[in-house]
Amino acid sequence: MEWPKNTERNKNLRQVIAFTSFKLLSYAVVMILFLILAQIIYKGISVISWEFLTAMPEDGMTKGGIFPAIVGTFYLVLGSMVFAFPIGVLSAIYINEYTKDSFYKRFIKLMTNSLAGIPSIVFGLFGMTLFVNTLGFGDSILAGSLTLGLLTLPVVIRTTEEALKSVDDSFRHGGYALGATKLQTIRRVVLPIAFPNIITGLILSIGRVSGETAPILFTVAAYFLPKLPTGIFDQVMALPYHLYVISTSGTNVAESQPIAYGTALVLIMIVLLVNIAANTLRRYLGKKVKMN
Amino acid sequence: MNHIIATEKLNLYYNDFHALKNISMQMRPNTVTALIGPSGCGKSTYLRLFNRMNDLIDGVKITGDVRVEGKDIYAKNTDVVELRRKVGMVFQKPNPFPKTIFENVAYGLRVNGINDNGFIKDKIEQSLVQAALWDEVKDKLNKSAFELSGGQQQRLCIARALAIEPSIILMDEPASALDPISTAKIEELIYELKENYTIVIVTHNMQQAGRVSDNTAFFYLGELIEYGETKEIFTNPKDKKTQNYITGRFG
Repeated sequence: MEWPKNTERNKNLRQVIAFTSFKLLSYAVVMILFLILAQIIYKGISVISWEFLTAMPEDGMTKGGIFPAIVGTFYLVLGSMVFAFPIGVLSAIYINEYTKDSFYKRFIKLMTNSLAGIPSIVFGLFGMTLFVNTLGFGDSILAGSLTLGLLTLPVVIRTTEEALKSVDDSFRHGGYALGATKLQTIRRVVLPIAFPNIITGLILSIGRVSGETAPILFTVAAYFLPKLPTGIFDQVMALPYHLYVISTSGTNVAESQPIAYGTALVLIMIVLLVNIAANTLRRYLGKKVKMN
Repeated sequence: MNHIIATEKLNLYYNDFHALKNISMQMRPNTVTALIGPSGCGKSTYLRLFNRMNDLIDGVKITGDVRVEGKDIYAKNTDVVELRRKVGMVFQKPNPFPKTIFENVAYGLRVNGINDNGFIKDKIEQSLVQAALWDEVKDKLNKSAFELSGGQQQRLCIARALAIEPSIILMDEPASALDPISTAKIEELIYELKENYTIVIVTHNMQQAGRVSDNTAFFYLGELIEYGETKEIFTNPKDKKTQNYITGRFG
């Protein structure tokens, strides 16, 4: 029987074209990222100084530093972590380890996934209604942290769930077979193995929280507040909101433009550092888990 | 006591699938029983009855009687955690925890509430000696268990199971992922362990069943086709299916 002709026509050429285009597209993505970074660094680096990082804003925010905004963002991140991490991690443990594949489990998952899809401005409105007004926290670190915490909760749940799912069942079975209870197996076997990935997920969610603007708009952020907070019921400035304010509704938008870029640069550097920290920590912990 | 393990008219269903059909079988203490049969015949499912590992699978239903040391282990008031202390298990793929060699063996003791470090230390040595691993690891107890070879990991898992002093050890194809030398070591070990433990082993390897076991049970499509002395089964099988299987005509 004669083998049909031309079965392998252009096979290699197609391969080359396909891979080249994939490669170019991926380069394009990286290029865009570099362009953004380059622009911000180019325009912002000139204002970065020790004084810029540690001084109060002056002259209608056209001069001086962004210290209160840095501190404010720090507090908000810390506050949202305190709320979101324990609740998120424990919920994920419950969903992944305890619920069987039931209607209830699918329902919880649908809900957490939907929660992740809600626009952040809606969280802002919700936070304002519930925390600021109904519970009477006012515009405060507490209200802002809770709102940010709610926003990041689904992310925390999902990353923790993924981390738990990646733990092979053979470890769980090994634990049960030695007479360990479910709780003991989770605590002594599953969690230590999943820990590096859980931590990475948590740190990445910090990166996201630190850049959110909409949720803090109505719940905590101050337009201009040249002093540091003294308690959780104080308002604070925050980096993303500060950036928004001085580039849209400051006293002199044109004059404060360098400061806007400087603020953006600081914000991006924080997120970048957080991401690098997450990766380093995961690699370090990953090794440690294997060793122990 | 005559029988340490016994099932009576045991049926098991995975949802609608009838996986074990009316199985009645008894095992005596200090014997090695091999469960053989083609893939999907139910032998692993049968093995997992005795420490109730099947509980972890959704949709499993059981009727009939399963007795370990005379007690109905599927009775309502059974303490499953306690049962699993008495009935240890070694899995197909070595599954040491990502902990040190020491902590792997200590794990079973710790989860059962033992905190006496002196006792734990002695018990670990004893278990590793019993599992014929002590000489190879005594100088690196604080190294990760993952640094061991596959065969060593499997013996570590056996040591881990021995540490909590079970009376029965279930082995689910314990050597199928190992090289021939490691396999020989495990088999030797099984032979020695039988002095103090009752062992039930699932195996795909006919020669292995012939070498290590006193009794052999042949399963086919969820039914127990033949059960008897290993010598008898291998030299003079009564059932045609058994004969075909052990001579390699199917499976």
